[in-house]
Amino acid sequence: MINSLFLINPSGEMFLEKHWKSVVSRSVCDYFLEAKEKALEPEDVPPVIHTPHHYLISIYRDKLFFLSVIQTEVPPLFVIEFLHRVAEMIQDYFGECSETVVKDHMVMVYELLEEMLDNGFPLATESNVLKEMIRPPTILRSVVNTLTGTSNVGDTLLTGQLSTIPWRRAGVRYTNNEAYFDVVEEIDAILDQSGTTVFAEIQGVVEACVKLSGMPDLTLSFMNPRLLDDVSFHPCVRYKLWESERVLSFIPPDGNFTLMTYHVNAQNLVAIPVYVKQSISFFECGSDGRLDVTVGPKQTMGKTVEGVMVTVHLPKTILSINLTATQGSYTYDNGTKLLVWDIGKLNPQKLPNLRGSLSLQAGAPKPEENPSLNIDLKIQQLAISGLKVNRLDMFGEKYKPFKGVKYITKAGKFQVRT
Amino acid sequence: MEWANQLCENRQFGSKMTDSKYFTTTKKGEIFELKAELNSDKKEKKKEAVKKVIASMTVGKDVSALFPDVVNCMQTDNLELKKLVYLYLMNYAKSQPDMAIMAVNTFVKDCEDANPLIRALAVRTMGCIRVDKITEYLCEPLRKCLKDEDPYVRKTAAVCVAKLHDINAQLVEDQGFLDTLKDLISDSNPMVVANAVAALSEIAESHPNSNLLDLNPQSINKLLTALNECTEWGQIFILDCLANYTPRDDRESQSICERVTPRLSHANSAVVLSAVKVLMKFMEMLPKDLDYYSTLLKKLAPPLVTLLSAEPELQYVALRNINLIVQKRPEILKHEMKVFFVKYNDPIYVKLEKLDIMIRLASQANIAQVLAELKEYATEVDVDFVRKAVRAIGRCAIKVEQSAERCVSTLLDLIQTKVNYVVQEAIVVIKDIFRKYPNKYESVIATLCENLDSLDEPEARAAMIWIVGEYAERIDNADELLESFLEGFHDESTQVQLQLLTAIVKLFLKKPTETQELVQQVLSLATQDSDNPDLRDRGYIYWRLLSTDPVAAKEVVLAEKPLISEETDLIEPTLLEELICHIGTLASVYHKPPSAFVEGSRGVMHKRLPARTGSGESTESPDVGTAAGGSAPEAAPSIIPSQGDLLGDLLNLDMAPPTTSGPPPPTTGMQMGGMDLLGGGLDSLLGGDIGGSPAMGAGFGAAPAVMPASLNAPVGGGLGDLFDLGGVGMPMGAYIPPKIVWLPAMKAKGLEISGTFARRAGVIQMELILTNKAMSVMTDFAIQFNRNSFGLAPAGPLQVLTPLGPNQTIEVSLPLSTVGPVMKMDPLNNLQVAVKNNIDVFYFSCQYPISMLFVEDGKMERQVFLATWKDIPNDNESQFQIKDCHLNSDAASSKLQGSNIFTIAKRTVEGQDMLYMSIKLSNGIWVLAELRVQAGNPNYTISLKCRAPEVSQCVFQCYEAVLKN
Repeated sequence: MINSLFLINPSGEMFLEKHWKSVVSRSVCDYFLEAKEKALEPEDVPPVIHTPHHYLISIYRDKLFFLSVIQTEVPPLFVIEFLHRVAEMIQDYFGECSETVVKDHMVMVYELLEEMLDNGFPLATESNVLKEMIRPPTILRSVVNTLTGTSNVGDTLLTGQLSTIPWRRAGVRYTNNEAYFDVVEEIDAILDQSGTTVFAEIQGVVEACVKLSGMPDLTLSFMNPRLLDDVSFHPCVRYKLWESERVLSFIPPDGNFTLMTYHVNAQNLVAIPVYVKQSISFFECGSDGRLDVTVGPKQTMGKTVEGVMVTVHLPKTILSINLTATQGSYTYDNGTKLLVWDIGKLNPQKLPNLRGSLSLQAGAPKPEENPSLNIDLKIQQLAISGLKVNRLDMFGEKYKPFKGVKYITKAGKFQVRT
Repeated sequence: MEWANQLCENRQFGSKMTDSKYFTTTKKGEIFELKAELNSDKKEKKKEAVKKVIASMTVGKDVSALFPDVVNCMQTDNLELKKLVYLYLMNYAKSQPDMAIMAVNTFVKDCEDANPLIRALAVRTMGCIRVDKITEYLCEPLRKCLKDEDPYVRKTAAVCVAKLHDINAQLVEDQGFLDTLKDLISDSNPMVVANAVAALSEIAESHPNSNLLDLNPQSINKLLTALNECTEWGQIFILDCLANYTPRDDRESQSICERVTPRLSHANSAVVLSAVKVLMKFMEMLPKDLDYYSTLLKKLAPPLVTLLSAEPELQYVALRNINLIVQKRPEILKHEMKVFFVKYNDPIYVKLEKLDIMIRLASQANIAQVLAELKEYATEVDVDFVRKAVRAIGRCAIKVEQSAERCVSTLLDLIQTKVNYVVQEAIVVIKDIFRKYPNKYESVIATLCENLDSLDEPEARAAMIWIVGEYAERIDNADELLESFLEGFHDESTQVQLQLLTAIVKLFLKKPTETQELVQQVLSLATQDSDNPDLRDRGYIYWRLLSTDPVAAKEVVLAEKPLISEETDLIEPTLLEELICHIGTLASVYHKPPSAFVEGSRGVMHKRLPARTGSGESTESPDVGTAAGGSAPEAAPSIIPSQGDLLGDLLNLDMAPPTTSGPPPPTTGMQMGGMDLLGGGLDSLLGGDIGGSPAMGAGFGAAPAVMPASLNAPVGGGLGDLFDLGGVGMPMGAYIPPKIVWLPAMKAKGLEISGTFARRAGVIQMELILTNKAMSVMTDFAIQFNRNSFGLAPAGPLQVLTPLGPNQTIEVSLPLSTVGPVMKMDPLNNLQVAVKNNIDVFYFSCQYPISMLFVEDGKMERQVFLATWKDIPNDNESQFQIKDCHLNSDAASSKLQGSNIFTIAKRTVEGQDMLYMSIKLSNGIWVLAELRVQAGNPNYTISLKCRAPEVSQCVFQCYEAVLKN
């Protein structure tokens, strides 16, 4: 099982270590640092590293490396999943996951890590349970604690830990009972030069914010559940009912959680909301090139496309650029060669265009690679797959909750090749 | 701790309530101050002080001096303070074992506390204190906690057993904790079950042979029930444990699969992958025609695809596993090619894995898409990735024949880009394409030659040299090209040197007139000026060959090469089966069996896929029970032989995969009369006096590394002699058919010939009885064979020395060689013979049992057998029945062994013995056989697989003859 955890910042400094079994010398991280040196980007460090006596499994998240040390055969996915939970826990408790925050709350992070694993076995990883045991810091609570001498560690046995619904604590009370669901869809797509879709799929997620008293039992149904053939659920969802009736029936955790993620990759179902006309060319001789990019709406189902942004990694040999945008503004970082064009709302009457000249470093050859364009966009009140929530019913409690559903479509990894 | 100081400064600015305040006391005397605070009367002050201590500890400062003071704070009803003290204890108890004893009393007392949370905390912490003295005191509280009424305490105690086992395994066994732990598998609470399973699995890892997780249908049922109710992590442990179970039959297998399938929709990817493992393993037992089987196959694809939209680290592990799954069951993901398309901002480790899977999924149906993608990747920025993409194009060409032309033109386009590393990779793969499709794409050679100068990597240089040598006759200036390489011969890497040597020899054999000087030069460079034994040996072999018998040299060096296999880089089947059982583990990430690298596990059991019950199809898997103990090879054999593979490349004849690297085959023929290889006759071509070279003897002594088994016969005999292999194993009781009359007297003017064939001490003998039924004396006997299928020829004259008088009979045995001219006969084992005497010439034909040609080294290695069996297409399989044979399998096996039919493995399934056998013919053809013997049933079934299926009928006849006599 998981032996130790090290938190390492991008410059290679270890700022927290936690051991759940015997102590492993921090020199073991040298193997990792070596691999990190070799990698071009921090993202490129291989997640599983073999050393003579240990395995190092790491993730890179929020500009931090979470590095775990294991000694025996352990499912690596289990370790990676756990590391992501640690990152989420820090985010959840302290509002952000960063080196500063961890250092500010060193003892609490340490206590939390101790609660999350026992001898390397996961003990309590549900945020609800953890929060009952170790209360998140608030200024008010600290003041109260200091005055009354009470601690921020719970000392009752947690009901959630042992019931068959470990994700929900008992005795939840709200004056306003409300349940909101966000259907968020991200389009992952690769378009080729001519604009043909090489590959497209939708990653959907239903995020919930449920603040309901007692033990509500909810049933969420969709107008068109047939769209969803590849789903994964929060443990609270009753799988049998989904199999037989295609409804989501569950006792929700308290607060924010991800109810379900789904995946639509039938090509015909994935609408591509924008098209991009682009040309980036370099002249055979001389040291110049031209860039011309136009973005326009395509299949938008009558909605407005907002927050459009085009990002291009220009070739390393570019010396400078001189462009004009008809809408929005562009920034260019000559160090990273990153061109970002922030367009904003897409107006179908007047298509935004960015064009101008690129100049290469003197004597540099014509760049070999073709830079890809990364597109960012947002469409409010639309789930591009067409998924629609039909109704939400509540059983088990008497009160009438407020209910709401919101839809949003975003670009995920949306790339246009040139 | 610089940053700690900084934080202290920050603190001055506001009333931020953060832990950084605990780092203020970094000055001298800090320990003293803390000591005072720890002993303070005020609870709050005490707690703050402990927090400061912990904070120092977490950043690696030594605060062990405060041990007694901190332990004093342990007796408290404040849970937070208690927990903090415990944290401290766990860290320092080991360095202060004597002091740690002070804490024991409190632990023991806490284990009796009314609050289950305290009880659990105490037992949990106690297990983390790795001090022997403490563990002794731990036993009693632990025993109580394992039977505690509160499940929370029980589940904590279960984990504690694993901790204790890690510290003192003997103690755990003596105290009977393992049995208690096993009982917990039947606990009513799913979380307790999950933890017990996890603890037992961890303990079992260090006791590979203990039957800790003794799974039976009842316990399986309990696990499956707990699976639905426990936490996500518990589900992983239970699923991994289930994967070790072998269901009794396909019905049980199906019911487990049905109950595991819902886990595929879990949000936790580790749960999903563990479920995939269970399903992949148990599926093996389901009959393929079952509806459920295809339903299950369909259900497996979506979750695997979903894993690819997770974080890149998860994707990486998923991809490594998908790589295995795709090799085992390509049908699952065959329509999902597009999800493996590479996005430009994927991390490099994800890109490379995706690329590999794309090739595995490439087929005629999607090849256009794949090629378009690969071409796109070849223009990316990342050099490693681009190289791999170019290589991938070559692999596509080899895998999908219809696409070869497109691939070649794509590669040519890429060569036109003149990007140095792209050109070099392209040339390396084009060489492989030439090997796969000879005489098809040679028109591109001119383009390749244009890029000769830009090649600076050994592999690319070697590939180019190979191409020039192989197609020397089509390249006008081949000699100039090769000569240009020769200038810096000693600066080249070994693979280039070897390739250059071979290429020049080839060139010489093709254009002997103009290149004598060149070949002399390279031979002397390789033999006299080189320290590399491989190079030297190869040089000497060529030299000797060329000087002795240029015709033979031509046959060896320019022999038609076997085509390279279609599938590249496949994992060897037994290893693959084992890895499928380890899906989701580190073994699956490294594609190595756990025994090869996991340190903590001593002698891991090899896991095997369960056999399909009642399998009626022998094609599925000749599962040669290598179960426990059989060590799987370290790495997968790569089927496109790399240039560095010196042995395989010896004599420029890369052997068809898989290769046996055993001893060279004993000679099958007789001593070749006129082929005195070590003697003179060296002057015929070169005039070089090779015998005079002192290194010579040593060179040859070291050389007999691997003699390609598939050398054509004439040279095979000769070279075998060259390496003088000593005695050939004595066969026992080879089957010899009874003598029959081949030539009746009335057809041959009174000469009657009857005879048979035998194989004795590795030598084929034709045993003849000549009877003179005429009235006159016969003399001057001689014998000759027509060309025949296996090149049989008399190895010496017919030894009838005395004249044969009327009514006299003489027995002669004539040794045969297999190096004569070859012509396919019908039937295959037909032999046409001419016998001459003083009266006339007579002709007859006879049939020899093909078992005469079975050579003594026909025992294949198991691994090789398996791989070969899978490799030979099913169309080449033929089945026969042997009726009325009353031997048991062992007797049959030993009888067959006498005729050089070797049993490699035996497996018994439901009273039916399956024998796996291999046979090697004198011309290098391998025949693989599976013989099924059912006790009490006199009818045997035999399946034969061979790359040359024509021989099957003859081989079957041999089986029948051998077994029935």
